[in-house]
Amino acid sequence: MTPDLTADLGFLKLRNPVLTASGTFGYGLEFEPFMDLSKIGGIVVKGLYYGPREGNPPPRLVETTGGLINAIGLQGVGVEKFAAEVLPKLRQIDTAVFVNVCGASDDEYLKAIEFLNAQEGIAAYELNISCPNVKKNGLCPALGPDPTYALVKQAKAASRRPVIAKLSPNVTDIVEIAKAAEEAGADGLSLINTLLAMAVDIETRRPKLANIFGGLSGPAIKPIALRMTYQVASAVRVPVIGMGGIMTGADAIEYLIVGARAVQVGTANFIDPAAAARIAGEMKDFCEHKGIARIADLVGTLKTD
Amino acid sequence: MPHDPAVKIIKKQSWGDYHLFRFETPALAAGAEPGQFLMVRVSDTPFPLLRRPISLHAKEKNSLEIFFQVAGQGTALLAQKKEGETLDILGPFGKRFIPDTNALPTPAVLVGGGRGIAPLYFLAMELNKLGARVKVLYGGKSRTDLPVREKFEKAGLDIVCSTDDGSFGHHGFVTGLLESEIRRQEPAILYVCGPDPMMKKTAEIAAARRIPARISLESMMGCGFGACWGCVKRIRRDEGGEWRKICEDGPVFWADKIIWEEKE
Repeated sequence: MTPDLTADLGFLKLRNPVLTASGTFGYGLEFEPFMDLSKIGGIVVKGLYYGPREGNPPPRLVETTGGLINAIGLQGVGVEKFAAEVLPKLRQIDTAVFVNVCGASDDEYLKAIEFLNAQEGIAAYELNISCPNVKKNGLCPALGPDPTYALVKQAKAASRRPVIAKLSPNVTDIVEIAKAAEEAGADGLSLINTLLAMAVDIETRRPKLANIFGGLSGPAIKPIALRMTYQVASAVRVPVIGMGGIMTGADAIEYLIVGARAVQVGTANFIDPAAAARIAGEMKDFCEHKGIARIADLVGTLKTD
Repeated sequence: MPHDPAVKIIKKQSWGDYHLFRFETPALAAGAEPGQFLMVRVSDTPFPLLRRPISLHAKEKNSLEIFFQVAGQGTALLAQKKEGETLDILGPFGKRFIPDTNALPTPAVLVGGGRGIAPLYFLAMELNKLGARVKVLYGGKSRTDLPVREKFEKAGLDIVCSTDDGSFGHHGFVTGLLESEIRRQEPAILYVCGPDPMMKKTAEIAAARRIPARISLESMMGCGFGACWGCVKRIRRDEGGEWRKICEDGPVFWADKIIWEEKE
């Protein structure tokens, strides 16, 4: 029997629990030569500001053990060009499109949401309150419960679509922030964004990134991300989307077991541009092998007694 | 789909840090053009995590060649692969060297420094077929740093070398060789690949003489196909500049569009 892979986010049912993580999947179309995008649950496009954005100077990337530190700085085309040039093509593809929304101020987030509200073919917004590469020292709204609450509340009021808040791991207590976002009306939470990190060239004694700091992603962060996903999923009622270092179906299953209803595949897309579809396939194989009829039955089944 | 998970190495040649692999891969060879590159997995494990971008060096029907130099952990692992082993490769990616057919048969001068010679063999062979008069300038540190010189000669290509220590050919940088070549006969176009200071100097020479030049940039890359926005270079736009992706918008750019002054 073919297992039911549907993932229920409450506001939306996904074909399967695999989404692609914002910032690792371009605007989606870059991956069409490698993968049938209708084989995955959906895509989360690269973070968009209202206007085009320049990004940081290079070097923007440095590879570390089992991971990648990036400081791209959210270079991007802005919502207008996205709506005019990318969205019409994405609408032809049978997959859920999540738009990751950014802003330098609360007003800019709202301006982007208001513009996108008028566009068709978007399933939900993922509010990027947690990018570490935009302000000095990685500052972002998701570092505090109050700015998180204020921004999510306003975004919900402005949005005609479900709003997911993407949380930062660069905090003392992520549960506190998660609860603030939930209280403000977030329809879901996604976590984690990258971990604020750095690397140094010992010959020149210079940072390996022009931005000094960047965000660490990849398999190196999975244990931390998994722990945080477990903590948050145990503390909130809204659906949680887990991410961080997922390279295989087994990695993704771990996230479901600790309580994530869906997952996002990130850095793996760079190495294997068909990774998201492969991982969805591996999750299906796991269910078949274990005789699990509905993959959703795995969600939150961690045994701790 | 530009992905071949099991590309067999059918020939390997090594010269110190430099290595040449030939692959039998109809899937990847089909659309491969000079100036493009492959994204090669160097490990079956997540260590190192990322693929390595490697220039295409030659193409023959269903086979491709890459020529690379060990520059770090990833390329060191790649260099350990043996004939008969397979590699997981994506590509080819990037904007090719576009041959300036208007300038035929006036001479095209190809300037390569170190491993930057890699894409210029593929290009030289194509230009030759198109009927261009091709001259290759190849610079290295010393006599042993010019491993593919003979390959150009065997193909009947006109090649002149320089070495920093004077142990072979012109004593000095390849940009010096270029300056004397320009004095002898002004090229219609330059095609350039090498270390950044050499490319920057070449761009200055080209600008001073108003010779069009196409330059292939090298960069560490996250993905190789435009998704990560990690490999950018400052490229002129209107009065200013913008960060353009080397993998997708390049790696080949017009020399006068590249802004070298930006702090990196």
